[in-house]
Amino acid sequence: MMKSLLPQSQLRRSAAAAARSSGGGAAGADGAMADGGGAGPRAPASSTFWFLLHALFCLISVFLGFRFSRLLFFLLFSTTALYHSTTSSSSAAVLRATTTTTTTTTTTTTTTNTFMLSFAAANNPPSGPANRTALEAADNKGAAASGNPQSHVVVGRHGIRIRPWPHPDPVEVMRAHRIMERVQEEQRRWYGVKEPRQVLVVTPTYSRAFQALHLTGLLHSLRNVPYPLTWIVVEAGGTTNATASMLARSGLTFVHIPFPDRMPHDWADRHATENRMRLHALRVIRERKMDGVVVFADDSNVHSMELFDEVQKVQWMGAVSVGILAHTGRADQLRLSEEDKQNMPLPVQGPACNSSGHLAGWHTFNSLPFSGKTATVVGEAAPVLPRGLEWAGFVLNSRMLWKEADGKPDWVKDLDAVGENGEEIENPLTLLNDPSSVEPLGNCGKKVLLWWLRVEARADSKFPQGWVIEPPLEVVVPAKRTPWPETTTELPSELLDDKQEQEDRRLSRANKSSRPRGTTKRKGDPQGQDN
Amino acid sequence: MTRARVVWRPTAVLLLAVASLSCVLSPPRVSAAAGAEVAGGVARRNTERIAGSAGDVLEDNPIGRLKVYIYDLPSKYNKRIVTKDPRCLHHMFAAEIFMHRFLLSSAVRTLNPEEADWFYTPVYTTCDLTPAGLPLPFKSPRMMRSAIQFISNKWPFWNRTDGADHFFVVPHDFGACFHYQEEKATERGILPMLRRATLVQTFGQKNHVCLKEGSIIIPPYAPPQKMQAHLVPPETPRSIFVYFRGLFYDNGNDPEGGYYARGARASLWENFKNNPLFDISKDHPITYYEDMQRAVFCLCPLGWAPWSPRLVEAVVFGCIPVIIADDIVLPFADAIPWEEIGVFVDEEDVPKLDSILTSIPIENILRKQRLLANPSMKKAMLFPQPAQPRDAFHQILNGLARKLPHMQSVYLQPREKHLNWTAGPAGDLKPW
Repeated sequence: MMKSLLPQSQLRRSAAAAARSSGGGAAGADGAMADGGGAGPRAPASSTFWFLLHALFCLISVFLGFRFSRLLFFLLFSTTALYHSTTSSSSAAVLRATTTTTTTTTTTTTTTNTFMLSFAAANNPPSGPANRTALEAADNKGAAASGNPQSHVVVGRHGIRIRPWPHPDPVEVMRAHRIMERVQEEQRRWYGVKEPRQVLVVTPTYSRAFQALHLTGLLHSLRNVPYPLTWIVVEAGGTTNATASMLARSGLTFVHIPFPDRMPHDWADRHATENRMRLHALRVIRERKMDGVVVFADDSNVHSMELFDEVQKVQWMGAVSVGILAHTGRADQLRLSEEDKQNMPLPVQGPACNSSGHLAGWHTFNSLPFSGKTATVVGEAAPVLPRGLEWAGFVLNSRMLWKEADGKPDWVKDLDAVGENGEEIENPLTLLNDPSSVEPLGNCGKKVLLWWLRVEARADSKFPQGWVIEPPLEVVVPAKRTPWPETTTELPSELLDDKQEQEDRRLSRANKSSRPRGTTKRKGDPQGQDN
Repeated sequence: MTRARVVWRPTAVLLLAVASLSCVLSPPRVSAAAGAEVAGGVARRNTERIAGSAGDVLEDNPIGRLKVYIYDLPSKYNKRIVTKDPRCLHHMFAAEIFMHRFLLSSAVRTLNPEEADWFYTPVYTTCDLTPAGLPLPFKSPRMMRSAIQFISNKWPFWNRTDGADHFFVVPHDFGACFHYQEEKATERGILPMLRRATLVQTFGQKNHVCLKEGSIIIPPYAPPQKMQAHLVPPETPRSIFVYFRGLFYDNGNDPEGGYYARGARASLWENFKNNPLFDISKDHPITYYEDMQRAVFCLCPLGWAPWSPRLVEAVVFGCIPVIIADDIVLPFADAIPWEEIGVFVDEEDVPKLDSILTSIPIENILRKQRLLANPSMKKAMLFPQPAQPRDAFHQILNGLARKLPHMQSVYLQPREKHLNWTAGPAGDLKPW
């Protein structure tokens, strides 16, 4: 690790050239000089000899460069040296060189190979004389250069072992991933929640174009939650087969609750209906005495996995920060002045803490920039804004909802007293007598654990019913002209027929004449239906 | 050329003589060390708890088991050097300075040399730094020799035992061989003056000239506060399989490759640069410590010398160290069961490293992580200021205490002399 000192020791010792190449080249000789100097009392003649040698070395390296200077030096001196030194040491040196080469499967530069074979004694960067000394000394001790009899660790140049196919083996990659999974499981067991509680996910939903889209996303998120989970889906307008089959295929424990009222088209009314649906779900939880942590997951929201880890910590009622993604639904951006952009608070809704970490207030979404342009009807191409405090930002301990529960605090209203008279419940704080007892989660609200998003299909959009293309789409672009650049290669006709058949079989259509053009399966295939 | 050969032969003969001398001296110490090994091994197996205690030998308290007398050297050997270059307090060789400071205020210190079991000479030989911060070892032999001459002239204790009950902290690359280059270091061998003393060093390789029998191997200094400042919550999932940051090729000193790290690091790069399981690179990120805490395995390959602070970092951050250095002797090997904590891979098996690591049974991996999570492991690797119980300072004292009581052969008979004061290269004999 100290090898970079070689040039510096150079500067300290000799008055030789400052050029790096000559400095490097002379380092070897100078190392020899140092060792030579330390060996014993030196006669002045020998020191001038070394100085001349050093000067010669410098000259050679000036003309030929660092590496070639060493090469020349060894050519001039090492052959004589080999003859002069004992035969055993030279053969040992050669042998050692050959052993190091045979262990190489490939080396990074092929030139080094030839170096090793022909210049047996010259492999180590320190110069010839010192090297030979090391070999001789080692030879005298009858061992490898590290000095002691039993050591098999050889100092010097080694081959760089590269296996013939230095690429990952998929079986091993899978094994490694399994190891990591297991390690992470253990980590959770050691450092994570000691007694994980069941998560009760309350989702109000209703049948509309994007229901499958939203529910699929939420379904996949919930499948990844590492805690026992029950998904309580309240569907407005009664349960539908589509939702029921999706829940059945999900592999989750679910409770599918029908809600008698249909979902209105007005956003304000929709929010109110959703609130009533959630209350209905809470009542079901109360009836069935379900135990766990209640999370309000709207079907269009996006949840992070840390949310589910964090909600395990809730005592009675907690609040998390929700990122609000209010989008315009249009290509043009909101016209905001620079000053507005600076002063606009973060689009985050959640608890605000004071310096001692206690709940001090709430951050709500600033809807000023959107004034006058919000959507009123579902499917309108205008931004949809959240209400003051979204339900999604709150989590409850289900025991809070039970009629009787140990330790239930008195600042919690009884559920029966809420919403019975037809009053609208804006946010879960109305479930409490004293909203200041809410626990801020997620590092006191600093961590945004989920995102609120309301994306619905435009009212004038036409998506296929049930996301099945039936009847087949009309051909918009005739087969001869493809929407993508013409390719020169043309498929032979048999292959083309095969492809047609496969397609037809896939889409299970009787008539062969019509071929769907816009199916995504053919998107990446440039050779398409070019005939 | 013939003249050169004539000159080298006597040196070789001399080295041989000295080597044979050390062989003569070592048998008693070998048996003592072997005894300690066996005793340590038995203690380890019996008392290792499944929850992750790494051997109760780590829990020993040295206070009361030994007494250390600190020679009062003039400040040119210690304080003045540090004042001249305070970088010495932060580099990986800083153990020598902190050991001195620890001993000055420790309960094992005695002011009465007659009752001392061990004598400590505070000389900072690794503090002569280049502008880049690397220590130059060229003056160290002279400095050490000068210090020993001072103490042998001023106090009678050195001559009483020829230094056998003295210990020195020599944390440089190859310990008391005082050179950064392995061939030169092995040529020099351990400084003749120190042939009888106990050496506390970071370098450890079996059957190597620069590792004396009875030396205490210590971890290199790693800044504890800096590491504490970068801790992440332990529940952060470990999602990196293998992690390494450092050089693979030392283009400055070894342009053709194959010499640096005996080709092992280059082999690592060539075999695994495309492997997504291996997060290896020579860039140094700001999140280096945090990344280690997110990794399952951390590679600790040899460089120019077999030891590195990576081992300390891996242990502190709970990442299983994969040690790629043939015949290496790890710190406190008689107290810490490294075989059970880390993974040892021969340098010739580096191309198969992915197979080796993925075929370790998962129970072993979890067990290693449990052992690493043991706080006594982490404590034993660190040099905190001020010193805390069971830290590396105390482990060094434990090691010294285990070597007590000194055998009678340690004390010299009248007219018996072991050390040759004129041995070594002529450059070392110059005064400092």
